[in-house]
Amino acid sequence: MLIQLKNLTKTYLRHDGAINAVDSLSLDIPKGSFVTITGPSGSGKTTLLLILGGLLKPTSGKMRYDQKELNLQKEEEMATFRSNHVGYVMQSFALIPYLTALENITIALNVKEKGQDKNQERALELLKWVGLEDRTTHYPKELSAGQQQRVAIARALANNPVVLLADEPTGNLDPKLSLEILEVLKDINQRQGTTVIMVTHSPMAAKYGNTKIQLENGKISTL
Amino acid sequence: MRLTNLVIKELWHRKSQLTSGLLAITLGVGVIVGIRTISVVSEKAVAVNLDNLGANILVLPQAASVDNYYSADIDAPTFPESYVEKIATSTLPGVDNMSPKLTRRVQLENGNIVLTGILPKSEIASKPIWQQGGLLGDKVTASCAPKAGTKPAKYLDPKLQRKGIDSLAESDCFIGSAVAQRLNSKEQGKLTIEGKDFTIVKVLPETGTVDDDRVFANLHTVQALLGTGEQVSAIEIMGCCSEISDGLLSKLRNVLPDTRITTIGQIVSTQIETNRMMNQISLVFLIIVLIVGGISIGNYMWANVNERKKEIGILRMIGYHKGHIYYILVLKAFIMGLIGGIAGYIVGTLAAVWLGPKFIGIEVNPIYLYLLLSLALSILISVVGSLIPAYMAGKIEPFSNMQED
Repeated sequence: MLIQLKNLTKTYLRHDGAINAVDSLSLDIPKGSFVTITGPSGSGKTTLLLILGGLLKPTSGKMRYDQKELNLQKEEEMATFRSNHVGYVMQSFALIPYLTALENITIALNVKEKGQDKNQERALELLKWVGLEDRTTHYPKELSAGQQQRVAIARALANNPVVLLADEPTGNLDPKLSLEILEVLKDINQRQGTTVIMVTHSPMAAKYGNTKIQLENGKISTL
Repeated sequence: MRLTNLVIKELWHRKSQLTSGLLAITLGVGVIVGIRTISVVSEKAVAVNLDNLGANILVLPQAASVDNYYSADIDAPTFPESYVEKIATSTLPGVDNMSPKLTRRVQLENGNIVLTGILPKSEIASKPIWQQGGLLGDKVTASCAPKAGTKPAKYLDPKLQRKGIDSLAESDCFIGSAVAQRLNSKEQGKLTIEGKDFTIVKVLPETGTVDDDRVFANLHTVQALLGTGEQVSAIEIMGCCSEISDGLLSKLRNVLPDTRITTIGQIVSTQIETNRMMNQISLVFLIIVLIVGGISIGNYMWANVNERKKEIGILRMIGYHKGHIYYILVLKAFIMGLIGGIAGYIVGTLAAVWLGPKFIGIEVNPIYLYLLLSLALSILISVVGSLIPAYMAGKIEPFSNMQED
């Protein structure tokens, strides 16, 4: 198993009481799988994805990655985990507006300090792979929504992650572009063997998963 | 892509914010540089002014009147010429030069003149014991002179001229402009005083003081002519302005307890007081700039961090550590400090160069050392002001970019 969750709970304290966004959840994710997480709003999909990506500390529970237990409370350890093993694709693309398409990718490569020339070469290779080799110097606002999401995918793949996390990656795209992006994700999963975990509302997108998880009130209702 | 490039691109992306953020620090540093530049140049100018006026401290016998600095030595009682040596051997700091004088009113055929015996520089220099006292040679101008490599301040007033006389032979004399007019005398003409013939080697330009009515001759000639022996009625001292304010007069009084020691009060006190006030103002401004500038930059950085929560969240999401975030923000503050320091130096120096001649009649030259000090001050304010916002930025959660849109 690539990822194993055991009794994971995330509790949010609100003025009207505590809410368990993720409630004693246990889950095994095999390496190379394409996992889709669906469920109604407030079911804990995004919270689960954030914890899986080392972006959010759970209140309790354990997570093992590649047979090793992660210390989810140590921020800097999780930052290293994120840069070494995880790529992220967000609904809002999460690109830095004052950086060009190429720079948005090299900024991710920069964390690992491989050298400017190598980083540049790798970023160009990725842009070519997502079909944007002629948009290297374009800023996000000069790109279409679909192109921005392709740049975001290229950035997510920059450090050869083992896991690609996608939070509603087609949420801001029309059906045609959504299909294009889903095909790209499928390609990443099948050709590169990258484990893809995608949160989605879209039944069409959910079909792409070979492991389908439905959440309700922070618990798995269907697997 | 290097983090430095990221910081520069972000600064350029928010140009208008950068401009307003820099305004406070530029103006603050500019004000300090302006005041300090004028103040330092003014201090040098006071030294030049006093130097141009000649002596600025007068040693008189105890019984002398000191109503008027310029005429206090006329017909004053006398004291021994050896007092000059007493001062010379005391090695007081700030005594840059001195000149003993003997002055008496003398009746001529066509009116009265004031005869003043002075010791020319050549005779002062010939006395080894005075040189040992550090009065001459390289040490003469050490305390007040501008430091090596800096341009001395220049007074724009052409009336201020050096009065020192380099050499004066036994039968030569200099005469004031009023005397020359009254006696209808010209240079190389003859003048007979108390039965002795003098050659007029120079007619001094008009000064508007009692000196215009004086005839200057060699001190020892005048002493012999008047039969006073080795007595003088005054010793003029060229004292350093800052040393005067630091108590040179009282130190001189300790050396010569039976004399009266006075100074050109209005020049020394007013200008030194002005300089002291400017120094105090610049210190007050320094404190204000440190506090206001630091708060201003802190406020700007705080707003910037809040605006960039999403960006910082993205960087944290893709694996940037807290240290990277601190580095990005402190580097930004450093660059802002650098720009603010240079801009502040330019603004302050230009203001000083423009305002100096207009308001205090001093030609002001830029002080290049202040560029380094401006940079240090500006960078310090900027970096210190950004520390709390940078710390807070490090606390931004890596998923902050998912909380919008």
